[in-house]
Amino acid sequence: MELTTVWFALIAVLWAGYFLLEGFDFGVGILLPFLGRDDRERRLLINTIGPVWDGNEVWLLVAGGATFAAFPEWYATLFSGFYLPLLIILVALIVRGVAFEYRGKRDDAVWKRRWDYCIIGGSLVPALLWGVAFGNIVRGVRLDADHEYVGGFLDLLNPYALLGGLTTLTLFTLHGAVFLALKTGGEMRERAGRLAAALAVPALVVAGGFLLWTAVAHPDSAGWILSGIAALALAGAAVATRLRREGWAFLATGATVVLATFSLFVTLFPDVMPSTIASANSLTTTNAASTPYTLTVMTWVAVVFTPIVLVYQGWTYWVFRKRLTVEHIPVAPVRAGETG
Amino acid sequence: MDALDLARWQFGIITVYHFFFVPITIGMSALVAGLQTAWVRTGKEHYLRATKFWGKLFLINFAMGVVTGIVQEFQFGMNWSDYSRFVGDIFGAPLAIEGLLAFFLESTFLGLWIFGWDRLPKGLHLATIWLASIGTLLSAYFILAANSWMQHPVGYELNAETGRAELNSIGAVLTNSTTLVTFPHTITACFLTAGAVLLAVSAWHLRKRHQEEVFRPGLKLGAWVVLVAGVGVLITGDLQARIMTEQQPMKMAAAEALYETTGPAGFSLFTIGSLDGREEVASVRIPSLLSFMATGSPTGEVEGINDLQQAYAEKYGPGNYTPYVPVTYWSFRLMIGFGLLAMLVAAVALWATRGGRTPASRWLWYAAISTIAMPLLANSFGWIFTEMGRQPWTVFGVFTTARSGSPSVSTAEAATSLIVLTVLYGVLAVVEVGLFVKYAGAGAPELPPPPDEEEADRPLAFAY
Repeated sequence: MELTTVWFALIAVLWAGYFLLEGFDFGVGILLPFLGRDDRERRLLINTIGPVWDGNEVWLLVAGGATFAAFPEWYATLFSGFYLPLLIILVALIVRGVAFEYRGKRDDAVWKRRWDYCIIGGSLVPALLWGVAFGNIVRGVRLDADHEYVGGFLDLLNPYALLGGLTTLTLFTLHGAVFLALKTGGEMRERAGRLAAALAVPALVVAGGFLLWTAVAHPDSAGWILSGIAALALAGAAVATRLRREGWAFLATGATVVLATFSLFVTLFPDVMPSTIASANSLTTTNAASTPYTLTVMTWVAVVFTPIVLVYQGWTYWVFRKRLTVEHIPVAPVRAGETG
Repeated sequence: MDALDLARWQFGIITVYHFFFVPITIGMSALVAGLQTAWVRTGKEHYLRATKFWGKLFLINFAMGVVTGIVQEFQFGMNWSDYSRFVGDIFGAPLAIEGLLAFFLESTFLGLWIFGWDRLPKGLHLATIWLASIGTLLSAYFILAANSWMQHPVGYELNAETGRAELNSIGAVLTNSTTLVTFPHTITACFLTAGAVLLAVSAWHLRKRHQEEVFRPGLKLGAWVVLVAGVGVLITGDLQARIMTEQQPMKMAAAEALYETTGPAGFSLFTIGSLDGREEVASVRIPSLLSFMATGSPTGEVEGINDLQQAYAEKYGPGNYTPYVPVTYWSFRLMIGFGLLAMLVAAVALWATRGGRTPASRWLWYAAISTIAMPLLANSFGWIFTEMGRQPWTVFGVFTTARSGSPSVSTAEAATSLIVLTVLYGVLAVVEVGLFVKYAGAGAPELPPPPDEEEADRPLAFAY
């Protein structure tokens, strides 16, 4: 296999990993007002992702860095072309990250409520916009002969891309609900399980519609197969949530997220950013790539270090595997100078 | 202002801001790890209280470092797409490696450290903070290797066909002589910064004789770290100056506003006159010091701006190759000045508190408390100096700033981004400083009674 293809696949893996992991912690953030009825319950929800959300977000940074290193032209065109949506995503991720850390640092209802809005908005907005962005990448955008984006902001808000956004939004919300049913105990587990079962069907409709539209607009046998399995996994998740098989449900929503991401990348290949103006303007795995030398260096780095990262990140999930209940949440919020 | 000017302002504001949090994170993670090690080895309670207290302040800063770091990576593509296209083959690699080797390590193990107090055995829990700390150092190395490549490009060739820079030796990029001096200079500055945080916050409490058992050792530790790291900063800074003179003589000339080639050249502590130093009314000079800094010899000749400008114009074609001298001249002095001032206060603080003394002088305490700002200012001026001193280049001698922007980004978009991020960062600064002051002022915690081992469902030792 060509190194450019290897790196295209690796970047697909990084995005899939990012959506798999941050997908559920976006979902937890979105569900904060629906599942957390009082402060202690909201803290319970936040603490289910407390130790891991930051590590999950690193997948995005590595996906961005890897794109820069392996496909500089793609990185340059994508980031400068999708300027305003990315700015909004950045603002959302900033306020959300700070909110997790700072929310509990003052015992003040107004303070907490404000940070709650940051968590909710900071989760909802990227969950929607990542789908819009990927919808546009697959659909193609207006790229001129220099690979510069010449469309406007509003061009990005076309129906197909918006459906893509709705897909990531509903999928991540479902994924979060399933995660909470798996990670909490007592009444919260019950409530999250019920909500997950209720969300599964709309998610299936929206995501199924988006994948079908993709498959019809860009016929590709591998894409068809992957989106088919993704849809089946989502149907499986709908059944599992109904049966309250939380582990299976989480595996199923996880598989849906990963396979749906892969199906988009497979559909895209060998383009990385097709141009709607002329196919000669499209960025491909070849014309956007770094030199073979750089790709070789990066391949060695990835081969050596990715397994190590996966092991220790996986270990974190093992350490914090226990279900949390409201009883685990200290009644008094953490006071100044207490614990580390 | 056009989109490029706005992008430059954004890069400056966003990066200086990000670098308030970075050095505190790098320095304090190691100091907190050291304190926790002392607790694990000696079992002395005040070490644990110190670990938790400084750990809390460290985390308040870390959160800001993390979220502002995302912008750093994204803005190369957003505002500097032509730069990204030109250097991506080289510059992207250290960034990607930084993410894979360093960011995962930092964030994962810090998560384990924060939430792991009651879940991990003592030794393993201690290892998590050390691993996070190593992650911060790795991160610094790779990002400084990327920056050093911009100061002194190595291990590449220009592809005439594509007009891009292509990597031909990753080893050369990672062992760039510029990286090898910039890394220790930056890391020692990070420790100086963290030492100043300990010194200042300890002084705040010790002034009122509050929790002396935690803050007297805290002040001592902080002051010694400032002094030792400060000496390191001076030595590495000296090495860096010589390498800089070799690689970017214009930057050294602009640091002194030295227009004519001179030898031996003196160093002016300050100058009164026109801002760019062309017309001088009065100045205080140390003879031969600039020659020594630049060449290692007190009689060495230092090239002046005029000669360099002429030589560059011959080499690179007509154009202005002189950085904006008022900024380089003053930022260079302020960097050195604030660093030395922090060291001076640390030395005085150690002397004044020797043998268990608690001095009565209010001014002494104010000076000690204000140390917290000095390294932050010195760091910022250092970065402003080295980045502005490289102008008009993004990659010295190879690629200009004027060519580096994003053609597809409009002035309105760039302005929106600049305004949104600046306002957001401003608000967050107020929040962050408020929390820092609150938690710094609250003092070290009394330790809770040891948890009942029998009770499996006891509340978490730490929860958001």
